[in-house]
This record gives sequence, structure tokens and C-alpha cells, in this order.
Amino acid sequence: MLGACAAIAAGCGSDDGGGGGSASTRLVVSAAASMKEALTACAPQFDKADDASVKLSFAGSDELAAQIRQGAKVDVYAAANTKLPDQLHTDGRIDTPVKFATNELVLAVRGDSRIDSIDDLTKSGTKLVIGSASVPIGSYTRETLAKLPPDQKKAILANARSNEPDVKGIVGKLAQGAADAGFVYVTDVNATKGKVKAIKLPKQLEPQVTYGAGVVSKAAQPGLAKKFVDGLTQGDCADALRKAGFGPVP
Amino acid sequence: MRRPRWFGVVLAVSLAIALTFLTVPVVGIFVGSSPADLISSLGERGSLDALWLSLRTTTISIAIILIVGTPAAYLLASRSFRGKALVVTLIELPLVLPPAVAGIALLAAVGPAGILGGAVEAAGIELSLTTAGVVVALTFVSSPFYVRQAMAAFAAVDRSLLDASRTLGASEARGFLRVMIPVALPGLASGMALALGRALGEFGATLMFAGSFQGVTQTVPLAIYDRFSTDFDSALALSAVLVALSAAILLAVKFVHGGAALGGWQAE
Repeated sequence: MLGACAAIAAGCGSDDGGGGGSASTRLVVSAAASMKEALTACAPQFDKADDASVKLSFAGSDELAAQIRQGAKVDVYAAANTKLPDQLHTDGRIDTPVKFATNELVLAVRGDSRIDSIDDLTKSGTKLVIGSASVPIGSYTRETLAKLPPDQKKAILANARSNEPDVKGIVGKLAQGAADAGFVYVTDVNATKGKVKAIKLPKQLEPQVTYGAGVVSKAAQPGLAKKFVDGLTQGDCADALRKAGFGPVP
Repeated sequence: MRRPRWFGVVLAVSLAIALTFLTVPVVGIFVGSSPADLISSLGERGSLDALWLSLRTTTISIAIILIVGTPAAYLLASRSFRGKALVVTLIELPLVLPPAVAGIALLAAVGPAGILGGAVEAAGIELSLTTAGVVVALTFVSSPFYVRQAMAAFAAVDRSLLDASRTLGASEARGFLRVMIPVALPGLASGMALALGRALGEFGATLMFAGSFQGVTQTVPLAIYDRFSTDFDSALALSAVLVALSAAILLAVKFVHGGAALGGWQAE
């Protein structure tokens, strides 16, 4: 009626309690924007194997967590860190989360850029785009910058021109030439197919990037949701994640 | 021609559904935020910056729209020429463009890698990730609201008024300024209100084209989105301010227009 879907897109009518008829079971997955390519690639295989219809919703992990807190009808939550799933678990919103992948924070620049290390970011006039403090990519970035000498950190942050709500916003602005450099995951760089190149960070600056996922406590499809989460560590989705450049959890 | 009773019921029920659907979310904002929370979170630096930035960018963008849009709308309303329908359609197109498309379109046109990017840069203007970029995004998405309404307002003015002023020796420019604008003013005001409302609420094109940086490009809607995950209360408070501002704009125009404002879509 009236197309009355809440602003929270993931919450749209996932209340068909399963069973009944030949219609496949709907599974709503809220996943960090950085997993877009990988999960979009493996979802059809999951659909086929389990007669399911996976609905993927991508955004910044923090926005997705906020939607779940606001009662969005979601079955699986997969975040770009372990902090947000742990917090949701503590608050009784999701079951015990599992770590399922690792990623790597890199400095990303356009293919023809003259920037080749983090030291170049202090030059005034360099347009840097980072994630906002609340989204995992932004907190990893700040974690890395905090390891630098205070002066260097200050000079780099002075060049920050946008605090993006998710990692795709950073990559998009780089690819369009609106920004000179950004901190993103290596997997995002792979997804641009050469438009943007990655500059590895010195070992001592690299943050530990671990992805966590869990079954939402009020999931309409807890069984299927569990299967999807398990599939992130083993199976088609795990393979798709590796192919996109995600590492296995040690 | 008696209307059957059931038809009246259908009308009333439809209105009740529409009214409930449209007001409950707005009520939710005010129920969710206590006046004390509202005031305290508005005192926060980031919220003040966002409000101030929205005020500045919206004002500049509306000024540009009025200065350029009014004569343009007058031309379209007062003359006929080949291809006019096409021109009007092109001007109205951003009305129906999704904001994300507007953002991409602006990047592709005047972004650093866009078709006019080189010219913009050569002129020493920087748009993407700057406050000027916010103004461009707001102007792009909201000007059609004004131009469309202004065209209708000018077209509705009795031509004999202008002809009379010409007979009395006034130039067309003088007639435009002294006759057309004052007579069309209520319609122009409601067009401005629509554009203002659209500009205040702009989100997608701004985020894609201008980014989000406190005090520089983070307007109120972007600040609301930024707070959504970490500080829902202050997101509610900022939303309440936007509701109040929008309602004030609407009421002001209704007042100026003597109640019929914003009804300009229908033929009068």
C-alpha cells in the first residue's frame, strides 16, 4: 500500500515467514560496501543451491548497524570490522559474530599520479578523501595516521577534503579525478580494474583489518542466515571474497 | 448529477490514508527528540557549521536562480520560437532526474575529468569538494522548480497590462520590471519556495559532487546522514530544524499568496 517502504531500504517487507509455495525464501543481507563486488558475484550461486533469494544491501557498516538498531528486518550483518558486530552482539541484536575475512588498508591514487608514498600527502594542495570517523574505513585510516609523527598527521589531515560515508564514495571521487589520494581497502582498488592504483603502506602503519559477520537475532530466516554466514568462510562466497583480494582469517 | 454516497466515502478514506502516511513520519521526528535534546545538540559545533553552511549555500543558489531564472522564464512565457518545447523540456529535466544522476552528471560535466573540467580549471575555479560545488549542485537540482513556476506565473499575466504600459511609452524592459514582475510576484514567490525547499533538502548530488566536510561541504542533510549511525538524537534534532524551516517557508508563501500559493500547478 502506497509503496510504504521505510527509508531503511533493507527493511522492506521481508516478513514472508518462509515455507509455502514454490517462491524462494528471501534472505536479507546487510554488508559493508567494500564487499559489493564479491557478494554480488556469489549470491546467485547461494540462491540456486538453497532455493533462496538473497537481497543484498550495501552501505557503510556503521549505517547498516544503525538500521539494525532501528529495527530493520535484516537476516545477516557483515561488517568491515569486528567492533560493530561485537557491539551489536553485546546489545543482543545479533548472535555471536564470526571473523570471516581480512583486508588491507592502502593508499589509493589514480594510475597516472605522481604520489608514491604516504609522505607525499603532506604537500599542501593535495586533495585527500577519507572515510568519516564512524565508518570502519575511516577509523582504520585514523588508526594509521595516529601512528605517524603528530606534525605529519596534522599536515595530512589538513589536506582531507571530504569525509565520505562509505568506501565507494572515496573510490568514486578518486576515479573521477575529484581527489588526488584516498585511503581505501586493497579490494576496492582491484575492483576499479586499473583506474586507481594501490600504494602499500609501511608494515608498521598497517592496521589489522578483520571483517566480522553474524546472524541477526530477530532474523526471519535464522537457519538460512547461519548457512550464509558459514558460506563466508567456506564455499562460493568465500571463494568470491578471495578472488576479490580478501585474505582468509589467520 | 448527484454523487453517490459511496464515492464520498472513497474520497474521505483516501484523504485520511494520505494524511496519515504523510504526517506520521514527521510527527515521529518530534516525538523522538525532546526540546532539551534538540537545543543541546544544535549547540554542537558540527550542527551549527552544517546549519550555517546550508543557509549560505541555499541563499547564494536561490539568488543565482532568481537573477538568471526570472528573465529566462519571462522569455519562454512571452515569446514563441522554433524548438521552444524542446528548450522547456531540457530545462525541466533535472526535476525528474534522480539526485544520484545529477551528481554523476555534474562530475561528468564540470568535474576535474569532465567535459568542461579543463575549462573550469583554466578559469581558476575549483568546484568539486568545495563550497562552490555545493552551490552548483543546489542550483542544478532546484532551478527548474523556480523556472517552471515563474513561466506559468508570467504566462498567466494579462497581456493587455503589458501592452498598456507599452502604449504609454514604456520599453519592454521597463514593462517587465514594473508591470510583469509585480503582477506575477505571488507565482514567482511560490516558485522560489519550491526551489528553496528542494535546495535545503539536497543530498545525493551534493555528496557525490561536493563531498562531505564539516563547515565546507557538509550541509544539514549530509550532517544528518553522518550522525545517523553514531548520534541518532542529534540527527533527529537537525531533522526537526529542517522540518521547521520547510514549514516556515511553506507558511510564509501561503501568507504572501493569500492561501492559494503552491496551488499554481493547476490552471486558475
